Order: sequence, then structure tokens, then C-alpha cells
Amino acid sequence: MTFLFYIFAALTLVGGIGVVVYKNPVSSAFAMILSFLGLAALFIQLDAYLVGILQILVYAGAIMVLFLFIIMLMDVKAEENKTFRGGAILGAILVMGGFAAALVKVLLDSRIGEGKLAPLAESEQSDVHAIGDLLFTQYWFPVQIVGVLLLVATVGVVVLSKKEMK
Amino acid sequence: METDLTLNHFLMISGLLFAIGLAGVLVRRNIIVIFMCLELMLAAANLSLVAFSRFGGENGMPNYDGQVLLFFIITVAAAEVAVGLAIIVALFRTRETTDVSDVTSMKN
Repeated sequence: MTFLFYIFAALTLVGGIGVVVYKNPVSSAFAMILSFLGLAALFIQLDAYLVGILQILVYAGAIMVLFLFIIMLMDVKAEENKTFRGGAILGAILVMGGFAAALVKVLLDSRIGEGKLAPLAESEQSDVHAIGDLLFTQYWFPVQIVGVLLLVATVGVVVLSKKEMK
Repeated sequence: METDLTLNHFLMISGLLFAIGLAGVLVRRNIIVIFMCLELMLAAANLSLVAFSRFGGENGMPNYDGQVLLFFIITVAAAEVAVGLAIIVALFRTRETTDVSDVTSMKN
């Protein structure tokens, strides 16, 4: 278990670094798919099966295909001979180092994160069943709101993509 | 299955992934890659949500409210990506560029 955690955590982080360092946006997109697959494996290790599968279907599947499709429409070659600016790299390393240092300090000082990953209790229900139950009872109204939001987004995208913007 | 994994392990990975995404937003000039790095930061936040959901439960069950929230986040993120990419396409159509340093009309 612990061994698998480190493998998938490394996969996630290497994918994330790949997104940042690859110059070609297509390579970045594939590194991002790698990162999302590792993340989905971490979700499944946390016994969140439904969310892990959703991560693969929605993020690694639908969203990344959308990204690749848009990259295809644009001029990738023009990007490749651009170099990173030194100031931006220095700033990014400073911000990233500061953030990571603050994170380590907080996690070491606080005691919230010390509990071990205990096995789940035996249950008749799968997590799909439990989440579905909550969605269609307690969270029914938010589900409707999200439905409206998706409709609004669809209409918005159609309006934005029309040739003539008035 | 006994494991040595704690909540800290997952929060650490989540924080590092967030930091990588943040660094990407600062370093990259291509607006599509910046958008991908934003998604990476969102996904990192999702990981800590699932971790808290798993460790914050009672009676040996995860706290499913967190996973329901994640379901909504994924839905809204999908809508957000669709709208964001449409805006990028509109930008490319009017300016013929995906480089953020070429988009400076708001700068005086």
C-alpha cells in the first residue's frame, strides 16, 4: 500500500513538472494526462472509487481531449523557439520553495494529519450508492443548480464561438 | 491492511502539486499551458478534499459530503474549461496569438 502510494505520488508530481517544463503544449497536455492518472490512483487508494473514475473520465478523458483539440487549432511551432525568462524562473522557484517550506512547517507543527489510514468498516453499500443517495436526497437542489450552470455554460460557449461578435 | 500512510502524506502531495501548478502559471507565457496549470492547481485541491473526506469520517466510514462536493467541483470545472477555451479561441481569432505578453491592451 505504502509502496503504491509513493509510485503514484511520484507519477502525479512528475506529470505536473512535465506540464511546466515541456515547451511543446502537446507534450504538456500528455504530461497532464499522466498526472491526472496518478491522481485518480491516489483517489482510489483513499477508497474514493467513484471520484477516481470520474477523475479519469472527466479530466483525463473529456477535458484533456478538449485541450488537445484547441492546441491543434493553434500554431504550436511558433512557441517552440521561445525561451523562458530568467526573472520568471527565479520568481517561480522562490514562490514554490516558500510555499513548500510553509507547507512542511505547518504539517509538522499541527497534529491534524497524524492519524493512520485505517481500513474502512464493512458496509453493504458501495460508495457509488452512498454518494448517489446523498446527491438525490440532501443535495438535490445543488444538483439542479449545477444542471442550470451547465446549460448556461453551453449557451455561453456557443455565443463566444460565433463568427460575428456584436 | 495496515499501512503507515497518514493524512500528512496526502496533504504533502496535494501541496506540492499546487506549488508546481503555481510555478507553471508564473513561468509559462502560453495561455493554454497557463490554463492547464490552473487545472493542475484545482486538481491538487481536489486531492486534499478527498483526503480529508477519507480521514474525517466517523464509525469507519468516509465523510461522503466531501466526495459529493468533489462531484460538484468536477462538474463546475468542466463547464469552466469549456468557457475558458472558448475565450482563448476568441482571443486567438482576434489577435492571432496565444502568448500572454502580446496581450497588453489593458496596460497604459
